[in-house]
Amino acid sequence: MNARGRLIVYPDRPHHAFNIMIHTVHPGEPSADTAHTAKTRLIQALAEILPPASLLTAEEELRPYECDALSAYRRLPLAVVLPETEAQVLAILKVCHATKTPVVPRGAGTGLSAGALPHPEGIVLSLARLNRILAIDPLARTAVVQPGVRNLAVSEAAAPHHLYYAPDPSSQIACSIGGNVAENSGGVHCLKYGLTLHNVLRVRAITLSGEIVEFGHHALDAPGYDLLALMIGSEGLLAVVTEVILKLLPKPQTARVILASFADVRAAGEAVAAIIGSGIIPAGLELMDQATTRAVEPFVNAGYDLNAAAILLCESDGTPETVEEEITRMRVVLENNGATAVRVSRNEAERQLFWAGRKAAFPAAGRISPDYYCMDGTIPRQHVATMLSDIAQMEREYGLRCINVFHAGDGNLHPLILYDANRSGEFERTEAFGAAILKRSIELGGTISGEHGVGFEKIDAMCGQFSPDELDVFHAVKQAFDPDGLLNPGKAIPTLQRCAELGRMHIHQGQQKFPELERF
Amino acid sequence: MSMDALNLFRGQILEWQPLCIRGSGSKDFYGGPLVGQVLDTRPYSGIVHYEPTELVITARCGTPLSEVESALARYQQHLAFEPPHFGHATLGGMVASGLSGPTRAALGSLRDHVLGVRIMDGEGRVLRFGGEVMKNVAGFDVSRLMVGALGTLGLILEVSLKVMPMPLAEASLRFEISQDEALTTMNRWAGEPWPLVASAWENGLMTVRLAGAHAAVAAACQTLGGDRLEPLSARQFWQGLREQTSAFFAGNQPIWRLSLPSIAPPIALSGPILIEWGGSQRWLQSDAHPDLIREVATQNGGHATLFRGSKARDDIFTPPSAPLMEIHRRLKQRFDPHQVFNRGRLYPEF
Ligand SMILES: Cc1cc2nc3c(=O)[nH]c(=O)nc-3n(C[C@H](O)[C@H](O)[C@H](O)COP(=O)(O)OP(=O)(O)OC[C@H]3O[C@@H](n4cnc5c(N)ncnc54)[C@H](O)[C@@H]3O)c2cc1C
Repeated sequence: MNARGRLIVYPDRPHHAFNIMIHTVHPGEPSADTAHTAKTRLIQALAEILPPASLLTAEEELRPYECDALSAYRRLPLAVVLPETEAQVLAILKVCHATKTPVVPRGAGTGLSAGALPHPEGIVLSLARLNRILAIDPLARTAVVQPGVRNLAVSEAAAPHHLYYAPDPSSQIACSIGGNVAENSGGVHCLKYGLTLHNVLRVRAITLSGEIVEFGHHALDAPGYDLLALMIGSEGLLAVVTEVILKLLPKPQTARVILASFADVRAAGEAVAAIIGSGIIPAGLELMDQATTRAVEPFVNAGYDLNAAAILLCESDGTPETVEEEITRMRVVLENNGATAVRVSRNEAERQLFWAGRKAAFPAAGRISPDYYCMDGTIPRQHVATMLSDIAQMEREYGLRCINVFHAGDGNLHPLILYDANRSGEFERTEAFGAAILKRSIELGGTISGEHGVGFEKIDAMCGQFSPDELDVFHAVKQAFDPDGLLNPGKAIPTLQRCAELGRMHIHQGQQKFPELERF
Repeated sequence: MSMDALNLFRGQILEWQPLCIRGSGSKDFYGGPLVGQVLDTRPYSGIVHYEPTELVITARCGTPLSEVESALARYQQHLAFEPPHFGHATLGGMVASGLSGPTRAALGSLRDHVLGVRIMDGEGRVLRFGGEVMKNVAGFDVSRLMVGALGTLGLILEVSLKVMPMPLAEASLRFEISQDEALTTMNRWAGEPWPLVASAWENGLMTVRLAGAHAAVAAACQTLGGDRLEPLSARQFWQGLREQTSAFFAGNQPIWRLSLPSIAPPIALSGPILIEWGGSQRWLQSDAHPDLIREVATQNGGHATLFRGSKARDDIFTPPSAPLMEIHRRLKQRFDPHQVFNRGRLYPEF
């Protein structure tokens, strides 16, 4: 495992390498003595409610929890707790509430925005041991799961009933449902089947003050405000998820994918628009640029067209009749819209092979470069070509390479900036490059994060996307759930003071359309 | 004109007197009583942005829903959640009331299709949340919080919605079947890979709608059997449910909406029943005591709303649990500190 900012798939394995704290936060430092006794008291209180195996305090035990999969940001917490029951979670939160201790919830630690980065004066609350699937109801098509259950485990458990859980992040073998809820995770099939938000019926959670609350319902809606929508994607800031009811869908009977080559990226972008304009919502619609296909091909031997400036993967799933009809239509659209070559998977093995390169994009980036940094901006699809040419320009500006894979169907870009953290100044340049991409995403009418969350990483970029009044609303929402501000503090929403200090101006993107609003 | 409208709204809000936000008034019947001076949203109208290949439309609150739908239809697109008009619905009222039509269980709710909003809060500030892109996790999902809040959190100025292509083929099938069997069948079929988009049961008849690729609909019709409805009567049937113009909704009896787990058994309450959404939405005509109806809904794992025909117009919605109510109060306090918007429309206390 790389200790210097490489994205890692199984970050819960201990880090052995020596590493430098690249970013440390210096809160108002209390005197060493009081801090020490407060820590001792906290640990004593936790030891009273948890068995020894569920409470980690020694530095070598804490190390594995110092970061999530964005390991450029690291900190050690005071302690890590690993409850096994909801009652223990409740007891832990009561202790933290009473002692005013910050709590950082953590699932599998595959997050890419340092959302689970520990707080130096707080504890990490790992939900990994709440990992039971409590019920699968094939008739109702629901699964009741604890938050530590891995995403893929749900589909595996539902498979005997020919059902599955649709959101399929690439990290699905490792990431937890609690983490998915916290990030509103998507996957390559979310254009057709939706994000976590669209596939969760109810979230049971505990607030920091120790209240058990249920958002959503066993039914399709719940009375009152849609607090479930607020909870999903709330990055562990509002309440600790202890149980989730997921919707299950019937497994598509079959699927086929088209692999189409394009001589330039703009043409590929236009073909994406043409597919959507033709009235088909593909099950998946992904784009890889040439730098990516060239990086992945040696590892997967998928037979990608390495001369193509970009390739599109365009999938249809459903009944055999649907797939037949859609593939035929999509093929025609692609051929009429500049595809220089088109291949259709002939069987499941070939379909998997075509996808292999897309799925291997992150690991391949890791093989061709010591480190890489994954961005997550989302923009209106029509600006994809503009964005890619801007990124090419930035590569020259920052003197770093960037390869591009993305969820073309929904305009969610994952530029992977390649760098070497051992070279002094390179991570700083990478961060600046990333920030420039995010700024451009906002200017093009998009957002700084499509699915990975803001976390600690993108908190400054939030100042560009939202006005002080809007940020103030986010703080109010946080306070409505967590008046003491102890749950995952310092993440996701910047303080107004921080934005002012940074001198970051709210970028009024898209507002040329609303000149009358400017004056308010 | 738009600028004038916004200034007008702002002026009205800053008087800090109770305001009743209203479009065409098509949902005047819904929720608690109408309180305060009317803030008419209709002057702030028009489609701001529609890009068919982006699958997004953005329009102002006073835009008639029918105008949005005809703009979409020109490109063979639609709002997949089939919101009711109940007359001359405007977009703002549609979002605030949060109602979805017959396809909700299969294709998602109104809330599922909201991508962003612009609102004016109780202090006259214009705030924007979400946007026009499909995926956006920056900041809390405040735009979807507005859905179904009945205007109590702010004046919705503008909304961006995900739109979908219209299906290429459709067919509706009818089966003679008991309520019990219908519930089982609807649930079973929803778990099988049929292109099923809507289902309903009333009075011994179950109707299902299939939609999608031509061959897929044809194949499903063949296997599922039943009587195929003529396209015109199929359209009228689903329209009758969506707009509540079908015979079931006639008369003056109070109409309850029970939102239940789809597999809940037939409910033990007397009165005509209409089932939609694969069993998840059950309409009941009944003048039984609200407490009784709520209790039955709760026992079945759901909740009940006095949808129309209430005389007192309090006690319309099931209140959330105490800790959730506290969160409601705090949110209300931030968005509308002077309690200007739609007092008592959602819950009597705000
Ligand atoms: C190789 C790789 C590929 C990826 N591909 C995708 C992808 O395709 N799509 C996508 O959306 N993401 C992707 N991700 C990102 C990541 O896997 C997701 O964000 C995932 O949902 C995180 O889950 P986790 O359990 O690892 O959460 P963690 O990283 O442990 O935590 C993430 C956030 O959730 C909070 N949290 C965790 N559990 C709870 C809980 N029970 N209650 C409250 N808050 C909680 C944490 O505080 C933190 O803020 C990828 C990551 C990697 C490393």
